Amino acid sequence: MTAALTARALSKRYGKTTALDAVDIEVAAGELVGLLGPNGAGKSTLVKIACGLVRPTAGEAHVAGATAGSRAARASTGYLAELFRFPGWARAEEILALHQRLARSDGGAAERETLLARVGLTGEGGRRMETMSKGMQQRLGIAQALIGAPRLVLLDEPTSALDPGGRRTVRDLLVGLRDQGVGVLLNSHLLSEIELVCDRVVIIDGGRVVTEGRPEDLIAPGGVEVETSEGVRRLPDARREDVPRIVRELVAAGAEVYGVRAVNGTLEDAYLAAVVGRDG
Amino acid sequence: MSDAITIAGHALREAVRRRVLLVVALLTTVFLGLYALAAFEAFESLERTWGGGVVPIDERALMGGTLLGLAMFVALFLGVVLAVFLTLGAVRGDAERGLLQPLVVRPVGRTTLLIGRLLAASAVCAPYVVIVFLLAALITQAAGDFTPASLVIPAAGLALGVVTVVAISLLGSTVLGTTANGIAIFMVFATGLAAGLLGQIGDALDVDGLTTASSIISWIVPFEALYQNGLYALTSDIGGATGVIVQLGPFGGASTVGAAIWPWAVAWSTAVLALAALAFRRRDL
Repeated sequence: MTAALTARALSKRYGKTTALDAVDIEVAAGELVGLLGPNGAGKSTLVKIACGLVRPTAGEAHVAGATAGSRAARASTGYLAELFRFPGWARAEEILALHQRLARSDGGAAERETLLARVGLTGEGGRRMETMSKGMQQRLGIAQALIGAPRLVLLDEPTSALDPGGRRTVRDLLVGLRDQGVGVLLNSHLLSEIELVCDRVVIIDGGRVVTEGRPEDLIAPGGVEVETSEGVRRLPDARREDVPRIVRELVAAGAEVYGVRAVNGTLEDAYLAAVVGRDG
Repeated sequence: MSDAITIAGHALREAVRRRVLLVVALLTTVFLGLYALAAFEAFESLERTWGGGVVPIDERALMGGTLLGLAMFVALFLGVVLAVFLTLGAVRGDAERGLLQPLVVRPVGRTTLLIGRLLAASAVCAPYVVIVFLLAALITQAAGDFTPASLVIPAAGLALGVVTVVAISLLGSTVLGTTANGIAIFMVFATGLAAGLLGQIGDALDVDGLTTASSIISWIVPFEALYQNGLYALTSDIGGATGVIVQLGPFGGASTVGAAIWPWAVAWSTAVLALAALAFRRRDL
């Protein structure tokens, strides 16, 4: 099956500044890929090249087999920009109807209602943008990105303005997209969100991919924590299988053991190791 | 083309919802009211005060031609203001505000987006200047029984003139921010008008250099040539000393630029829009 997005040796320079440097990335159909990296790493540039807002300096990108930025590629792409705005005078229904016409979607009112329901905006179609909270506008932005059943959805910080309930709604929606075979590239600073939902994570820094893999593969074990009468000690190199031995040795040495737990690492640890470790 | 019409419809809805058209209609009514007051007062005072002079003057034609020339200038000015404010942020301005990106990523060509904006602004501005001018002509007729030599040429010139300004403004919006573009377009407009006035002075004083420079600038910015052409057509049937006085006044056209201005203005607007499309296509958003 054709990948939702492929980029090969993709580079972008703005004058003397290199935003992307020979990046290779692939998002398979039905795959949720999280894009991580510090500010200015090149994440948004990558997303913008994929949806045709920015032209690459070198390399190539394809969306569902079509050159990124081409009409065919844009017809297969749904996009939510990090900094977007809908006109304040327009109603939610009108925004969706406009994008339906431009995306040549024949879903009509049924598609609009379904999309509004999927992002938790049922019954809000008649509201004007200027009366909507930032979170509601972000939900509508996500609904707009899903018009016309795109094969690739590019979401640039889609949950930045959402409350915890809204984030859960978006997580559920992303899982639903994966089940429908839609490829999703999720650019976010919310590592916990990415850890919860993404199949694969790509970390970019300085315009280059510094590491990638499944979250569980990137997250290193965090050692074992032991609470004894002398306090809490952390054994960073120990693993879960070592726990019985550690307890035996401590008891044999006369220590009173109150608790032992294997500590799991987090995606944040993996991210910091990849980015800060590299910078340092 | 249907995409361009969709974009145009969206832009027109914006103009209606943001009450742009309402404000324009109200202020235009105020202008036309003032114009009517001035026209009736002027023609009445003409009857009270005008006496026979040494040179035979058709005072009614002089007053009517001058007033309608003024109305034509105001219609053009208001039409240009409208054209500029409807389009000055069409590309860079809307991109900076995040309004453009959701539209550009749709399978719609960037050129189509520009054509849509051109259609929307033209659909507002061209009828607007025609309506204002024709209403002013009706008022002038009612106030002083003055009928211009032509209504069609000035009205069509105004309409095509504001379309050329829309095209310049769209081109400017691809490279300049909103404020800078607005300033630039008004400066171009003022330069065109100044060139026209200098041309009239050149004609009056028989200074070939001024006339030539004015003519060249008129062709570079065709709204000015269309405006001068319209002014000339308004009073082209007024002869003798009256005709000379009208044409030398600030709202009289001393000469016509010829029929070639029409295809030239259309080709010029198309070329400017093509340049705008080229600049837009190359712009990273």
